[in-house]
Amino acid sequence: MLTVEDLQLVLNGKPIINDLSMYVDTGEIHGILGENGTGKTTIAYLIMGVNNYKPTGGRVVFDGEDIADLSVSHRAKKGITLAWQEPARIEGLRVRDYLKLSGNNIGIEQVEQYLWMVGMEPAQYLDRDVDNTLSGGERKRIELASVLAMRPKLAILDEPDSGIDIVALPLILNGIVEMSKRGSSVLLITHNEKVAEIAHRVSLLCAGKIIRSGAPVETCQWFKDHCRTCLHINEPVEEDKKL
Amino acid sequence: MITVEKEYQGLVGAYEKAGGDREALLSKDIASLVVHENKILSATEIEGVKLVGEAQEHGITAGLLIEEGIKVKHPIHLCFGILPQEGLQEIGLRVDVKRGAEVKVIAHCIFPNAVHIIHKMDAVVNIEAQASFSYKETHYHGDSGGIEVVPKAKVTLGEKALYENTFSLVEGCVGKLDFDYEVFSGAGSVAELIAKVYGKEDDFIRIIEKVHLNGDCARSLIKTRVVLRDRARAEVIGETYGNAPYARGHVDCIELVNGAQAVAKAIPLVSVTNDRAKVTHEAAIGSIDRRQVETLMARGLEENEAVDVIVKGILR
Repeated sequence: MLTVEDLQLVLNGKPIINDLSMYVDTGEIHGILGENGTGKTTIAYLIMGVNNYKPTGGRVVFDGEDIADLSVSHRAKKGITLAWQEPARIEGLRVRDYLKLSGNNIGIEQVEQYLWMVGMEPAQYLDRDVDNTLSGGERKRIELASVLAMRPKLAILDEPDSGIDIVALPLILNGIVEMSKRGSSVLLITHNEKVAEIAHRVSLLCAGKIIRSGAPVETCQWFKDHCRTCLHINEPVEEDKKL
Repeated sequence: MITVEKEYQGLVGAYEKAGGDREALLSKDIASLVVHENKILSATEIEGVKLVGEAQEHGITAGLLIEEGIKVKHPIHLCFGILPQEGLQEIGLRVDVKRGAEVKVIAHCIFPNAVHIIHKMDAVVNIEAQASFSYKETHYHGDSGGIEVVPKAKVTLGEKALYENTFSLVEGCVGKLDFDYEVFSGAGSVAELIAKVYGKEDDFIRIIEKVHLNGDCARSLIKTRVVLRDRARAEVIGETYGNAPYARGHVDCIELVNGAQAVAKAIPLVSVTNDRAKVTHEAAIGSIDRRQVETLMARGLEENEAVDVIVKGILR
């Protein structure tokens, strides 16, 4: 479904993404695990085409088509979407209308269903605005509900657990698994190995490069053993580069 | 020469198209006033509500009195307008909300064909202790921009009085708007001034809102939302004076500029003359937030559709 080939991004002369290659299969949850500053969000932006990011090298191929020159809207219409780590606040846009437009004019019953899926009672949230009056955690959950409403082919979720309390986290993770069961692929970006463990496959990111991919349990353990204690954050040592 | 009946039907028809409730104007249980140019086309009073008007050369003078302790069940409906392309309408309005009374007013100002029209309102509003007055004014203009709107008000709030004023001009071209409201707040009173304006073409918008927090624990919010496109210009002046202990005021202004030639200014002025008062302000002027636009584009909206959703939201 999604293939990234030799992706590069250089900003102000500094390489941010280095010859990164990866793929996401249909219905797969692919975890991208890495410490802060390793380039996780940059990958999300490059695939979605936001923030004026354009690859300086390589290709992003979705359903067989190189999408690097497509607008954000065009990519979304092809079935890609992104849930930002810090979702935008939009004054005057009600939750019901945000989910409705995300689902291309879905009915209110479906809107309510997606709110329930992220643990939010519709009666409390439908008429609230997607603005600063929501807490960080509430806004994140609504963002996930809007992605669920869109039923995308590929959902890029950037740190979906940040700002989420311990009670709501299982609901969020269940929502992601449910999304995959319904046929969506998920690129799950996180620095939390507990979150990455729900993925079918996990890739470790260091200095804009994938240094290891594999089964979640083993890869997350390797991350804990090596990356958490690494003295070379964002400078992969030669041994890591060979992996 | 058009008859009064035709004028009434024409104005009420435009009022209904603009979202007004025709039935409310016909109901005997709802106080209302319909004014075309300088003619009072209909006036309905109800128990506890005195609504009188008198024609003047270029408009009317009107008085609205809510008697002490009266809680008005249905909002009072006011409809002012001019249907021809040219005209001058001056409204002198005196509002008295007596102690403990509660009332909401919905006012529509309708100028669908304006080419050269001036609409002025001078209001004096007195809200006595523990009374509540909500005034929501919505303008509907045509697309020519040939209109000058000059609403001015002096509002006095008694002890623990509540005052909400919402001014909305988002349909059609603004033309020239010179809005000037000043509120004098008594102890424990609450004032909320909200203005929402969408400037297009060569519109010029000037909004001045002043609140003097003169009584202990008086509170206020001045909230202004302006969106500009084309060559529209706006200047928003929000002033709050904290003159009494524990007075709290906030000025919140957002102006979005969507076009290279549109110009926005915000001038917040906050002043405190009592060491236990606190007044704050925030103003944001700039283009529409790229992250907001891209969020909606990532859900499949085209860029212009995303901008439209954001603009509608901020002016809702």
